[in-house]
Amino acid sequence: MALLQIAEPGQSAAPHQHRLAVGIDLGTTNSLVATVRSGISEVLPDKDGRALLPSVVRYTNSENIEVGWEAKALAASDPRNTIVSVKRFMGRGLADIGDLENLPYEFIEAPGMVKLKTVAGELSPVEVSAEILKVLRQRAEETLNGELSGVVITVPAYFDDAQRQATKDAARLAGLTVLRLLNEPTAAAIAYGLDNASEGIYCVYDLGGGTFDFSILRLTRGVFEVLATSGDSALGGDDFDFAIYSWLWNTHNISSLSPEDTRTLLTESRLAKERLTDIAVTDIHCTLTDGTQIQAILGRDTFFEITKPLLTKTFSPVRRALRDADLQITDVQGVVLVGGATRMPHLRTAVAEYFKQEPLINLDPDKVVALGAAIQANALAGNRSDNDLLLLDVIPLSLGIETMGGLSEKIITRNATIPTAMAQDFTTFKDGQTAMSFHIVQGERELIAECRSLARFELHGIPPMVAGAARIRVTFQVDADGLLSVTAREQTSGVEAHIIIKPSYGLTDSEIANMLTAGINNAEHDKRMRALREAQVEARRLLDATETAMSENGHELLSKPEWDAIWNKIYDLAETLMMGDSNSLEGLRKATDELNAATTEFAARRMDATIQRALSGRQIESIQV
Amino acid sequence: MAVTLTPTAATRVQKFLAGRGKGLGLRVGVKTSGCSGMAYTLEFVDEASPEDQIFESNGVKILVDPTSLVYLDGTELDYAKEGLNEGFKFSNPNAKANCGCGESFSV
Repeated sequence: MALLQIAEPGQSAAPHQHRLAVGIDLGTTNSLVATVRSGISEVLPDKDGRALLPSVVRYTNSENIEVGWEAKALAASDPRNTIVSVKRFMGRGLADIGDLENLPYEFIEAPGMVKLKTVAGELSPVEVSAEILKVLRQRAEETLNGELSGVVITVPAYFDDAQRQATKDAARLAGLTVLRLLNEPTAAAIAYGLDNASEGIYCVYDLGGGTFDFSILRLTRGVFEVLATSGDSALGGDDFDFAIYSWLWNTHNISSLSPEDTRTLLTESRLAKERLTDIAVTDIHCTLTDGTQIQAILGRDTFFEITKPLLTKTFSPVRRALRDADLQITDVQGVVLVGGATRMPHLRTAVAEYFKQEPLINLDPDKVVALGAAIQANALAGNRSDNDLLLLDVIPLSLGIETMGGLSEKIITRNATIPTAMAQDFTTFKDGQTAMSFHIVQGERELIAECRSLARFELHGIPPMVAGAARIRVTFQVDADGLLSVTAREQTSGVEAHIIIKPSYGLTDSEIANMLTAGINNAEHDKRMRALREAQVEARRLLDATETAMSENGHELLSKPEWDAIWNKIYDLAETLMMGDSNSLEGLRKATDELNAATTEFAARRMDATIQRALSGRQIESIQV
Repeated sequence: MAVTLTPTAATRVQKFLAGRGKGLGLRVGVKTSGCSGMAYTLEFVDEASPEDQIFESNGVKILVDPTSLVYLDGTELDYAKEGLNEGFKFSNPNAKANCGCGESFSV
């Protein structure tokens, strides 16, 4: 049984076509995926409950590619094949990348973008990023139980066209449809709902693991514009760990450390920093490989003092950005904190003092960008009706297509906001069917005869297949001007046909109102008619299938009395169907059930015969289940 | 004639409505599509239509339009967790057959 989520008014999706949309924060250090469920934006954790996915990809000799925590754990032992912080190389040439000598990778100059040489061959940063996106995509699809219809991926506000294009390419490689790339500071502002707040200037102070970004945004009529960005690409939370680490060196007279001890001590420093967010004093103790004990007590005061220069360093880009945008501190209406490092209490105090107002902190600073991206993705996928970013129009009457039995299948339901696009898969009814006729209708009634006919077109060249095997995707698209275009495409062969219509042409408001009330007043009648038509279609399908089966191998598999009994039931059902009385629903269902029952044994024998044919002459080992 | 919520489902709806910051209640409906004929829809409600039938269950208002009600009468909604996913589950006495995924049904 599927589990449903609550949609915004008028935005329910048809089964199997939920517009699942997620927001992805593709970060330098960590990446996250989030979605909006029943109106609430939330980050999707992995099976172990971890929300963050380290942006680390490790390539091995085999086909196997490790992404995330496992890859991160092995980064130190296999640095050349473990790609860390790949975001820094996206859309960059060799000349754009600084400190090449400090990076453990073997770079290859390639047109447009560098490549990295690993055991798995030469890889572009786009391919590496795609591996991270694939893991997030899989996590989202497993959690939400379906294919994603679109994603919003965040990028730093300063990313240029090449870097943005590289991010889009990575998404396409991971099989994702990008609805939009969103600037990270804008995503953070959206997560706090600032797009619904009063117009004005907002600042985003983002201190990540290894980078500091500061952005100034201006909100006008629900749209954010980036006024200025600045930052320090070599300043982040890691530097605060390093400050504690250096302090330990000085207080314990350490002269040299093995790489392993360095890592141990840095990890202990990071944990101490994190503990100091909640408590005033913390213990640090660890044992080095040579048995030396490191013991220390670190208080907030000391921590604040040794990291004060780092904090001060963040305010020079802040000043620069304000100057670039020609703004005063008093112009700033709100400050958003992003990045795990902004949990540090003295940082929050410093920011509050600098801007003379309390920063926004009630969302998890690690998740806030992904949460905002998810909100935007949800709106862009068309799951939100009160979309205040765009002035929207709605469709007055449902648009649908005629299906077997003269029933209307609604593809776009009334009150859907335009522009919109919806797709549904249909299949063939008869074996070897090579063409399909489409009848597009408008209205709320169940029967085609009672809806308004808009247009007809045909799709030819469907490859001959058994009934039900072809997959014909019918897409209804209504543009901002209310123009409907319908496309039918057979998925395996790619044959396509389409038509363009203006559905509201020639309908007055009172006619629309009449069509709506008729739908309500005839609910019971329409229900019965739909049931009857469905029963008729089912009966016809069963007759076709049984007759085909009988002529195929009825003679070999059935005795004379069995053969006769089935034919009797076929005649019974055909007769009931031909009578066409609208009251014969029960009779039709009964005759259908009887034919079904009469052919159960025959169907089982046919199955056995098929399996026997498939298995004869093969050894048990060669059969893979 | 009624459509009801289990206490668990009602608590979740109230939480979602509070998170959304507005809304009268929950709209339950059916839509003719899907692999097995009919499909359920579940939406927040900002404005009731004059023809809506309104039920109250465990403190939550449930709105159903008359065309849908003929397929939904007697339905109870529950809130369940399955693996990583969670959401609302329908038990509808009118449904004769469900499709494999349970998203659509026929009467």
